[in-house]
Amino acid sequence: MTARIQVPASARRGEVIEIRIAIQHPMETGFRLDDSGRAAPKNVVNALVCRYNGVEVFRAEMGSGVAANPFLSFFTVADASGELVFDWVDDQGQTGSERAALTVTG
Amino acid sequence: MTPRSLRDGLLAAALALISVAGHAQNAAKPEPLKSGLEFTGPEVRELQRDDFANPGMLWITRGERLWQEPAGAAGKSCAGCHGEAKTSMQGVAARYPQFDAARARLINIEGRIRQCRESRQQAEPFKYESAELLGLTAYVGQQSRGMPVNVPIDAQTRRHFEAGRDLYYRRMGQMNLSCAQCHQDNWGKKLGPETISQGHSVAYPIYRLEWQTMGSLHRRFRSCQSGVRAELLPQGSPEFLDLELYLAWREGGLPIETPGVRR
Ligand code: HEC
Ligand code: HEC
Repeated sequence: MTARIQVPASARRGEVIEIRIAIQHPMETGFRLDDSGRAAPKNVVNALVCRYNGVEVFRAEMGSGVAANPFLSFFTVADASGELVFDWVDDQGQTGSERAALTVTG
Repeated sequence: MTPRSLRDGLLAAALALISVAGHAQNAAKPEPLKSGLEFTGPEVRELQRDDFANPGMLWITRGERLWQEPAGAAGKSCAGCHGEAKTSMQGVAARYPQFDAARARLINIEGRIRQCRESRQQAEPFKYESAELLGLTAYVGQQSRGMPVNVPIDAQTRRHFEAGRDLYYRRMGQMNLSCAQCHQDNWGKKLGPETISQGHSVAYPIYRLEWQTMGSLHRRFRSCQSGVRAELLPQGSPEFLDLELYLAWREGGLPIETPGVRR
């Protein structure tokens, strides 16, 4: 599962920053028919968590209503240099993980 | 609406739209040339413009990683022979399809990648529409972004150009329509929910919202063929390569926009 994260290269302490993530995933609703006419089994990324230096700062639970290749963004406060780590899992138990570094000044 | 009645609606709309006109087999370019992006809505334009939100970038990220990965019996990566794609692949997509002299046939970017995969890396070539082939094709294409398409027709390619033009003007399918009747004679008009564009290939591979995934130019050709209920040609077929060459001539000068987004 390919994913892309966007984090500002650097931020000032106390600054509100936007974090964005895009994940390549078909987000099968369970209602769509595949090429042979059978219903494709439901398979969506159902949970995604972001930890900033080990502390959970964002969590999303998703269902069949989300389009393929989900794109999420949220805001957090920059308080220390370190790492943002995303972890997610789909209905078939496949997991994905992606990380990005953040430099905080001041 | 069921897909069936939707299609019948489209059929009626298309028949009402297209007046029967005799066609000279002259190759013509639309004037002025306009990218397909100009016929989409503001949301689609915004999505294509935003290099992060554009879902096609996920495929490009995949392609960028594959570029570095050694593969096959040769144990070589694309980068191992071509170095940095930013320099070695710059402008390449703007001058394809080309004549492959060794095999005496046309070849497009997908074909080159499959060929390098098979004969240079000695690995299994990627399948058409696989995430790998789309990713690498889009990654190579992106290195020409903003550069004008420039595929001159020469002695070696003239025959293919003419075959592509003939196919472009040939009526096909139960609806008995040619590519030109929609994209040359009626661009800018509504067809059901869509506005017919000039049908250029500069944004491919594209992320299509209706497909919920990325797709190749040949997949787009197939959806147009299916729209007129014609028999679908296979991806990578010589006929589609001829068409691709004709389109490259017809859109000459328009800048490459890969990875495009369409509805
Ligand atoms: C062992 C060396 C080697 C490897 C590995 C290799 N290539 Fe190539 N590639 C070549 C050579 C040589 C050419 C020149 C045309 C030819 O003879 O096929 C070429 C041509 C190309 C072209 C056309 C360039 C142009 O200017 O027209 C593309 C695109 C390309 N390769 C992509 C790839 C990709 C993508 C990969 C990895 C999947 C790859 N190549 C792996 C040697 C290699
Ligand atoms: C009944 C009308 C119709 C016919 C005939 C038709 N198309 Fe299309 N085509 C469309 C519509 C509608 C779209 C989607 C909107 C758009 O981009 O034009 C489209 C899209 C395209 C696009 C994508 C343009 C872009 O910017 O993404 C290409 C390329 C294309 N067609 C080529 C062809 C070719 C080649 C043929 C002949 C084999 C053909 N079309 C036949 C209606 C038609």
